[in-house]
Amino acid sequence: MKTFLITLCLLVSFTNLANETYQFDSPEQERLYREIANELRCPKCQNQSIADSDAPLSEDLRYLVYQKLKAGENKQQILQYMQDRYGDFVLYDPPISPKNYVLWFMPLLVFIIIIIALIARVGRRELQPEDEAEE
Amino acid sequence: MKAKKIIIAVTPLLIFLVLVLVFKSSLSNDPRKLETKLVGQKVPSFKLGSVTNPEQVITDADLPKEIYLLNVWGTWCVSCYAEHPYLMEFSKTYPIKWVGMNYKDQPKDAIDYLQKYGDPFIYSIADISGQLGIDLGVYGAPETFIVDAEGYIRDRHVGVIDNRVWNKVIVPKLEAIGWENKL
Repeated sequence: MKTFLITLCLLVSFTNLANETYQFDSPEQERLYREIANELRCPKCQNQSIADSDAPLSEDLRYLVYQKLKAGENKQQILQYMQDRYGDFVLYDPPISPKNYVLWFMPLLVFIIIIIALIARVGRRELQPEDEAEE
Repeated sequence: MKAKKIIIAVTPLLIFLVLVLVFKSSLSNDPRKLETKLVGQKVPSFKLGSVTNPEQVITDADLPKEIYLLNVWGTWCVSCYAEHPYLMEFSKTYPIKWVGMNYKDQPKDAIDYLQKYGDPFIYSIADISGQLGIDLGVYGAPETFIVDAEGYIRDRHVGVIDNRVWNKVIVPKLEAIGWENKL
């Protein structure tokens, strides 16, 4: 049953891209189309990429990606176009910005604090072993 | 070493309290509400028809040269039906123009809708293909954009504007950009 459900989910998630019969100039272009559609988040149904989503908005955005690829735009230009309209949210891999510094640098900061604390503790233990024994 | 023990005892409590505050503030934060990239930008250029007058061509140059509200609606949009009576009332009782943006609709449905429920808009732009909607970053009707006299988008509200939202959110934002609430 579980296998069946997983298979069903996979099938459903692939059909949106397969349903639309877009004609590509090259297999490379089609690969790029799939790549971009999987990297753009649907603004309406937030936990799906536009490749996965059935929302009419996703359909429009997929068509836009297709048109832009046909017109010779590259991936960077298309992602920028979407970002200009829907913000960082639309990208599954948003850029590092002051808004998410905490997310990026907090773990590093915590790691450094722990290292410093450990060094201080170990260093003190070596210098004053009798102090540790008291505790 | 008493001070040290107190610090060790208090630290987890402090971390806990900070986390409580962080999570508490996140509770009132609706993740479905997205920022708009368009604040501070001009209304995107467009050239589209009018819903009520098929002869009329509307471009971004025709938009009001005063502070106005741009409301994105559609007959397929369930929440728009809930919002409509409020728009009818606000457009009558407050000195502000409402421009409609009929998003991805059938012209006939849109006309029927306005005839049946009333028309609060000075006109409605018919964005049948949805391109203007994409340029505006629309993702969930109803959406309302606050536009200033120079044509710059100053804010966006996603969702129904009822009395509470109007008085608590929209009016203060309009007043902040110099709108005078006088008929």
